[in-house]
Parts: sequence; structure tokens; C-alpha cells
Amino acid sequence: MSRNGPLALAYHTLFVAFMLAPILVVCWVAFTPEGFLSFPTDNWSLRWFYAIARYPEFISAFWRSLWLGALSSAIAVGVSVPAALAIARYRFPGREAMTALFMSPLMIPHIVLGIAFLRFFTQIGIGGTFVGLVLAHIVIVLPFALRLTLASAIGLDRAVEHAAVSLGASEWVVLRRITLPLVLPGLASGWALAFINSFDEVTMTVFIAAPGTETLPVRMFLYIQDNIDPLVTSVSACVIAITVAALVVMDRAYGLEKLLVGRGVDGR
Amino acid sequence: MRAAPYLLSLPALLLFAGVVVVPLAMTVLLSFHDWGQYKGIEPVFILKNWHEVLTDSYFLEMFGRTFRIAFFVTLLAALFGAPEAYILNRMKSPWRGLFLLVILGPLLISVVARTLGWALLFGGNSGLVNKALISAGLISAPLPFMFTETGMVVALAHVLMPYMVLAVWAALQRLDPQIENAAVALGAGPFTVLRRIVLPQVMPGILSGAIIVFALAASAFATPAIIGGRRLKVASTLAYDEFLNTLNWPLGAAVAVLLLIALVVIVVGASRLVERRYAQVFG
Repeated sequence: MSRNGPLALAYHTLFVAFMLAPILVVCWVAFTPEGFLSFPTDNWSLRWFYAIARYPEFISAFWRSLWLGALSSAIAVGVSVPAALAIARYRFPGREAMTALFMSPLMIPHIVLGIAFLRFFTQIGIGGTFVGLVLAHIVIVLPFALRLTLASAIGLDRAVEHAAVSLGASEWVVLRRITLPLVLPGLASGWALAFINSFDEVTMTVFIAAPGTETLPVRMFLYIQDNIDPLVTSVSACVIAITVAALVVMDRAYGLEKLLVGRGVDGR
Repeated sequence: MRAAPYLLSLPALLLFAGVVVVPLAMTVLLSFHDWGQYKGIEPVFILKNWHEVLTDSYFLEMFGRTFRIAFFVTLLAALFGAPEAYILNRMKSPWRGLFLLVILGPLLISVVARTLGWALLFGGNSGLVNKALISAGLISAPLPFMFTETGMVVALAHVLMPYMVLAVWAALQRLDPQIENAAVALGAGPFTVLRRIVLPQVMPGILSGAIIVFALAASAFATPAIIGGRRLKVASTLAYDEFLNTLNWPLGAAVAVLLLIALVVIVVGASRLVERRYAQVFG
């Protein structure tokens, strides 16, 4: 295999700089000691991080996002497991259509989903409630949960289950002691990917969140629409730090490439 | 036993029937309802909104802008993302994983935070991007990025770039390095190998990446809303305005449904074209 020449490496450096610049600049501005947006050079300060504590709406939005992500991802994984087993193990009429339906939230623009949820939830009387948020988030993160649970259900060695049955294990015991432990890593990574997607979602959520049920990205978005000040940069810096930490953990545990490409691209 | 797969998928099916299919159908229906400043939404069946969206020059201009931006974002992503995926693929073990993480990682970082970064970089005439471009001698006067289509295109290209790198990367993994070696052994120069051997084989990856990036760019919301401000509207920010500011829900629904239909037609059409074109090559 040939190596990259100097020109390729120069291009690569510029590309990486382009990818990182906006993320780094947010973190940089967050450390400003000034009362306005500026790029601190010799004077750094944590004052805008302390300032977050004085804005309860950011704090409560953060906890709400955390709970929303954890809950909706857990339910999405719970619903995905039986569906993944059905898709992986049976050939039945409507199998492709069903899979396409479950994957459709990836295809339908979130702006359209947001509008549809807003209309629907208002009509049935759960507009602007946390229950509505959970329902909507289950739907949008389900494709991620399903993709990874499906990958581990397909990769499952059925001989192990057959061995358990031949040794006298009941169906329930096989499920609990053999199948579930084997698909557990897939479930965990499916949950994690679902959680991150729920935690970051803004386009759909901005429609269905009301004051009092705003998630962190929605709160940040609405804040930026009014004005951009150092406070929102320090909040963003915290969000970036949390995401990067989660990213590194997930990369170590599962491999980011596998996680994002889904089932090994070339069947690996 | 025949019912087993259906029983297993029942929870998910019920959820999707109730929370996806019904709301989408209601939205399509909503786009045919009437609306007035004082009477609110009237559940009648009229074509007023559709007529307005399809004929009014304001909507025509706005949809034109939406798809123009999506086109340029896709072009930028393909032009810059594909070479980067190729370079990444030629890297050695520790660097490859590290830079893959650096380039794909932003995909999972909040899009609001990433766009805020661009707003800070563009920031008026004294923004860092302009300073860098001027000191590099590329431009002489500051370019306007905030509240312009250029700014939206740059920020969206950054937000969606990982999808293109991912798609091309996936295509590169399927490439057999022996073919490259064979071409070199037969006397082909590096440029010929790239153009005649590598590019044709990763083209399906570039095209499928382009389809994803185009669809996401045309329906993006947070980035155009923050960079474009209140005046420069695209389809998604206009629908948002109709729903949450003007409260003309039927008109907003018509805009959203039209966007959905346009995207489905473009994405399905393009995918078919790509499949047919490459089925002959690889089939």
C-alpha cells in the first residue's frame, strides 16, 4: 500500500483544522474574562462557567435532556429487541416493509416529524408535555437502536441456543441465560447511540417543547436566536466536553466506525 | 408459529402506527385546511395553501434557495470529503483510528454548538475567517458570511461533511488493493491509478454520500436558522415561522409536506439512477 505524499498530508491538516475550528473556537471564547464575546489571549477566566449556575433554565433543561435521552433510548431498545429478533430470524410477508417503516425516521426530515408531532400531540391533548417528548424521541432514536440490536441478533450463533435447548433448557431460560447476554453489548451500544441522538436533537424537539419542557439544545437554540453572548458559549463548551467524553468511551468500548457505519460495511 | 414475527414486532408496529403514520397523515390533511387570522384553523378541504405554495413567487424563491444551498453543500462535501476519505484510508494504524474519530466525532456533537462556532468564526466584518482569508492574501475586503447563503453553505458543509467521509470511507473498504497494485505493475502513474482505478470504484460511495448530504442539507433547520437570521428563509425555517410565529398551521404544513415530497422524489430518483448505473458495472 502506498503512503500519503506531503501534499496529501498538507491537505489532511487543513481538513482537520476545518473540522475542528468551530468546535475549538466555542471552547476558546467560553474562557473569556470579558462581559462580551472575545478571544482571550493572556487572560483566561471561568466566570462564564460559574454564570451557568445562575441560569436555572439551562440547568433544568440539562437534567430534562438527560432523563429524556435515558428513558426514550431505554424504551426504544426494549421495543427494538423483539422486532430485531423477528427481522433477523423469520422470513415473513411484509418483513422488508416493516424494516423500512422502522428506519423511516432517518429518511423523513425532522422538521416534518416535528410538525406532525406538534399537530398530533395538540390534538390528543399532550402538547408540550414530557410524555409527548418521550414518545417523539422513542420514534426518532429507534432506527439507531434497531440497527445495532439487529446487527447483534444477526451475528448471534444459533448453535449455542440449540445446544441449550438440547440440554433441556426451556424457551424462557434460553432467552434469559443465552440470547440476552449474547446480544447485550449490541443493546448497550444501541442505547448509547440512541441516547446521544436524543440528547442532541433540536429540529424536531423545538416544535413540541413548551416553556417548562425545553430540552438543553432547544434552550440553547432559542437563546442564540435572541442574542449570542459568552454564557451560551460556556454552556456549549460543557455540552461539547460531555459528548467528547462519551465519544471516547464508546470508541474504546465498541469502535466508533462500527457504531456509525452500523453492521460492518463489508460484512465484517 | 406463523404469527411469531408479527407478535414480536407488535410493540414497535403499534408505536409507529400511532405516533408516525397517524401524525403524518394528519399533517397532510392539515395542509388542505383553511386558516384565518381570527377564525383559526377550519377543518375544510380546500386547495388554497397548495395553490399559494406552488404559485406565489415568494415560496418559489424560498424553495429555490433551499435546493440551491443543498446543491452547493453537496458539491463542497463531495469535492473535499472524498479526497480526505482516500487519504484517511491510506494512513497507518494509530493515526487512522484517531483521525477517523476526529472527523466523524463532530457528527455526534450538538449541531447548535457547531453552528454557534461558525457564528463566532464569521462574526461580522472582524470575524476570524475574514482575518485569516485576508492575511492569506485570498481576499482584500471582508466577505459577508453571517445572514448570507455563503455562510449557510459553509456551515452546513461542515455539519454534514462527516456523512460524506463516512460513505466514501465505506466504499473504500470494499476496494481490493491488488487492483491498484496491478495497475502500478502495468505501468500506470499515481494519477492514472486514481482516475481510472480508484475513482470509478468509489463513485457509488460518493453518490450515496451525496444523496444523504443533499437530503439533510435541504431539510436542515438549526444551522440555517442561526446563520441565516430572521430574514434569509429556507423551507424548514419558513415552516417553523408559520407554525410558531404566524400560527398559520395549514400553510406551514403545506410547505413541510411539499419539502417532504420533493425530497422523496429526488432521493428515490437519484438512488434508482445510481443503482441502475452501477448494477451494470458490478452486477
